[in-house]
This record gives sequence, C-alpha cells and structure tokens, in this order.
Amino acid sequence: MTSHPRGIHDLGGLPAGAVDRTEHQNDFWEQRVDALMRALGTLEPPVVRTDELRRAIEGLGAKAYDEMSYYERWIAAIVEILLEKGVITVDELSKKIDEIETREPA
Amino acid sequence: MSPRFRAGDRVRVRDWFPPGHVRTPYYVRGKQGAIERVCGVFNNPEHLAYDHDDDPKTLYRVRFLQRDVWGSAERPDDTIDIEIYEHWLENL
Repeated sequence: MTSHPRGIHDLGGLPAGAVDRTEHQNDFWEQRVDALMRALGTLEPPVVRTDELRRAIEGLGAKAYDEMSYYERWIAAIVEILLEKGVITVDELSKKIDEIETREPA
Repeated sequence: MSPRFRAGDRVRVRDWFPPGHVRTPYYVRGKQGAIERVCGVFNNPEHLAYDHDDDPKTLYRVRFLQRDVWGSAERPDDTIDIEIYEHWLENL
C-alpha cells in the first residue's frame, strides 16, 4: 500500500512463523525486572510509565529487538529511560556492572 | 469531553504515519470499520510515551470485518476489534 516506515514491533499481518506456545518458567532475574518496572511505574508520579517503556523498547533498533529476549528488552529500555531522566548516571551504572562482574560466581 | 462518534457510526482509520510513538497498528490504517462502543477518556499514549500526561482523548472500540482489513480472508465475515483513539478516526 505504502512505503511508510513500519516499526519493527508492528508486525500484524506479516509472516512470522509458528508461535511457541509451550509454558515456561521465568528466571529469577526476569521476575526482578518485572518487579522493578512495577515499582517504578506505580510511584506517584511514575518514574517510568508503561508507555515510556513501550516507546523505549520499540526504539531499541531492529537487530536488538529481534535478538533480545522479552525481559532483556525491558531492562534495556528501563536503563535507557533512567539514564535519560538522570535517575541514574552512566558512571554509576558502569561501576555497578564492574562490581557485579568481579563477584565470586554464585 | 463529549465523544465525536457513537456506537454504530461508520469510521475510517486515518492513513497517517506521524513521527513519534504510535499505537494504532500499521495494518489497520486507512481501513473502514464501525464504532462498537465508546470506551471512555484516557490520556493519549502518544504523549505518555514522552512522560506528558496532558492530553486526554476519547478511546473507542472499533470493529472491522476481516475482508475489509486484509482484502481477502479465510473467514471474511469474522471481525476484529481494535481500540483506537479519536484523533485517529474520521467520518465515513
């Protein structure tokens, strides 16, 4: 119909293969990402709104969007918004990542 | 805020590709349907996506025939309901 740009997420009507309907358990880190988003979203005013989360997920870029898992997209988007808003800084984030990487394996 | 459309009104979704965050599915833009119900007034997600809760809009449930959405369909008389904000709809 048109050659207008279409978001990577907006795939209604496009061939997308079979849907995996098997039940699966979420990992603990995924549950924590979900809980973090609930907490950020229910503060008054919200720190991260659901619509902001969607906007950031849809803006991750086609490659990242396709390759990341569901909650990987969530946490990448949450981080992006918290950085945008100055809730956390890049320095704080990288320090924390370094700290976690030097921990003894569980 | 009084709704511009009522249940039963025939409408067309705007064939519109604005910049920014959009929640109206690509495949339904430019398609014709009918108002199934007025859902109420909610903050426009196109603004909420940028943390602005300043734009209340009337939301409608719009019912489309599968054949009107896809041209042809396995069950052309089946319907699909999509919730769409008022600024995306025009009179038919």
